[in-house]
Amino acid sequence: MRSSRGAFPFLTTIAVIGLASTGCAIGTGDSADDADVEYDPEATLDGELSVMGFSGVDEVATSRMDLAEQELGDGVDVQLIEGELDLQQFLSTVATGDPPDLVYANRDQIGSLAARDAILPLSRCIEGEGIDTSQFVESALAQVTLEGEVYGIPEFNVVQLTMANADLLAAAGLTIDDVNGSDWEAMSAANEALTKQGATGLEVIGIDSKLPEFFPLWAKAAGVDLISEDGREANLDDPEAVRALEWAVSIYDAQGGFADVKAYRDSADFFGEGNQFATGVLGAMPMEQWYLNVLADVSPDAPLAFDVVRDLQGEPIAYASGSAWAIPSGAENPEAACRWARAMTSLDAWEAAAQARLELREQEGKPFTGILTGNAEADELVRGMVTSGGEPWDAGVEAMYEANEHTFSLPANPADAEFEQAMQDAVNAVLTGEAEPADALADAQETAQQALDEAWERVEAEE
Amino acid sequence: MKRREWIAALGFLSPWLIGFAVFTAWPIVYSAYLSLTDYDVINDATFVGWSNYQELFADPKVSLALANTLFFTVVQVPLYVIVSLALALLLNRAGRASGFFRTVFFLPKMTPPVAVGFLFLLLFNGQNGLINGGLAAVGIDGPSWTTDPAWVKPGLVIMSLWTVGSSVLILLAALRGVPEELYESATLDGAGAWRRFASVTLPMISPAVFFIVVVNTIAGLQTFDEAYTAFFGAGNSTYSNDAALFYVIYLFQQAFEFLHMGYASAMAWVLFIVIMAITAVQMILSKRLVHYEGAAS
Repeated sequence: MRSSRGAFPFLTTIAVIGLASTGCAIGTGDSADDADVEYDPEATLDGELSVMGFSGVDEVATSRMDLAEQELGDGVDVQLIEGELDLQQFLSTVATGDPPDLVYANRDQIGSLAARDAILPLSRCIEGEGIDTSQFVESALAQVTLEGEVYGIPEFNVVQLTMANADLLAAAGLTIDDVNGSDWEAMSAANEALTKQGATGLEVIGIDSKLPEFFPLWAKAAGVDLISEDGREANLDDPEAVRALEWAVSIYDAQGGFADVKAYRDSADFFGEGNQFATGVLGAMPMEQWYLNVLADVSPDAPLAFDVVRDLQGEPIAYASGSAWAIPSGAENPEAACRWARAMTSLDAWEAAAQARLELREQEGKPFTGILTGNAEADELVRGMVTSGGEPWDAGVEAMYEANEHTFSLPANPADAEFEQAMQDAVNAVLTGEAEPADALADAQETAQQALDEAWERVEAEE
Repeated sequence: MKRREWIAALGFLSPWLIGFAVFTAWPIVYSAYLSLTDYDVINDATFVGWSNYQELFADPKVSLALANTLFFTVVQVPLYVIVSLALALLLNRAGRASGFFRTVFFLPKMTPPVAVGFLFLLLFNGQNGLINGGLAAVGIDGPSWTTDPAWVKPGLVIMSLWTVGSSVLILLAALRGVPEELYESATLDGAGAWRRFASVTLPMISPAVFFIVVVNTIAGLQTFDEAYTAFFGAGNSTYSNDAALFYVIYLFQQAFEFLHMGYASAMAWVLFIVIMAITAVQMILSKRLVHYEGAAS
């Protein structure tokens, strides 16, 4: 009995340690703000600036970082917490009251972070540091704006182009206009003409409609916004969205089904000389603009043809995504964070980045194909520095800039992860033959709307 | 034990005890509390009673994930034991080469699960994968293992056999522990090879087999790494095949993608109860099926 009594205080101590340590993991519950912070572009700053989610590995990053560090001055010590933003790691730091000063996130994460008060509204930062938000690409800014408040400073823009194998098109008597999305019937016919089946299965993928990731692109091409502008209403079961999914899936069905196309696609050397266009095993697909650079590098002689992706009215269209800078709630140095975000996305920074890349490309004997910055004025500036790589690459760059002027995005909302998951689950269920498009999208609509309603309810309860 | 000895013992045990309290015991207790709350990591947890559990039982994806997981476990565990035992029996007769083959069989166990996930996609590619290449060589038109929902789980089961090495070693040790005189007696009594295996070998190694069954059942019910890498990780995050949605993957999504920590904690407790129930049944069955040498019958 004496022994048991002796153990009691010891075990109690251990339990207290356990309680104390997990106490650190409990949410703060309070939403920090920056009401006391003075954002002044002329102010001398000091202290540490910890940046999470940004690695700064290439010349576009390092040239802008040099400029941003200059603007911060010698008093600020920049510490990069490298690697892609780990959402749980970041939120844990906010919950324990020790967040980084700045995070570099995907723009589609901003809505959820803002709704949870994990990041600050940037109106005071924007006004104080004099950030001209009218310069930003409209869809990029919309993606970081929740309930009229801007929560992120956008940078980079990713858009889609129609990429096609010109030789295969010519052999089938087709042109790029037949596969750019402007006429779905023509595109289905082109798909059948381009597809080649052999004794061992698929030998040429006619068209890859790039599901499930580009479903919002095809829905928008049919005139449907999958979520309302205010981020509150899902619109996944719109009849035109159903039609878009039916058509995009039919592209795979005509080639033996998604399973065969994906298996064949996965076996390709996507980033190498043996890519699908160079080896003549893919007719056409919509693809992000960065792949143009990959193709130009690894297979400069591949017979490519480029155009924008077009909607059913023949107008250019692109489903934009990108990154954004955001200041966490409870950041210790929001002044430095705001100045960094301004400097990194300024015209001077993008000009320096473009110059650095241009020089590198010239050293390599390759053309400079431009950068989509998320800042419309910077895009124009950089476009003027683009060098010719000859055809078809110049046409590709031209299409890239045209697409950049016709972008849309899914608006910021507090349930972006759940919404995207519901949407992808629906498309995947159709692709694997487990559901019909109308049923799958009806289920997704219910799931997504429930997630949105619950998330908005939480947001409004906290206000 | 004297008081001073108690204190000394606790002092020596304290590093482990503190670690256990902080990193295991308290998180378990805390997750039970979280399962009764709505908690998103950053804001205070709100008590919601049993609603996470009610929601969980009505969530069709939980049923789907649980069904996938049970299917995987029910198919994988017997196959895993059979393949392990077959290899152990072969190794037991390998003579001097046994050491070399033991090392070879164990090496795949050292491969990180993430690498195994990528390897799965390469080996099992329906068009150009090595597995279908081999099947084609014998005139079989292989399925789309990685994209056809009907073949995703069988493919993952086969891939899981990649790591039988550790079980082979356990069974080999058990086989080597079977007294030779039992085989001699059985042979003198006229028992053939199969009879000796069924009546001598299997009962004598049944504790080791039981251990492998229990451990692999628990591991099977917690399957995550390979399937997540192959179907839900970077590069495949948009093609989240429902056929590979195992319970822990859905739990992970709820916790770390949607930040529904309360719901995920409730899912974790349900899984714990399922595992505990299945293990209890296995323990009861073991009394009839497992032979412990020297135990009272």
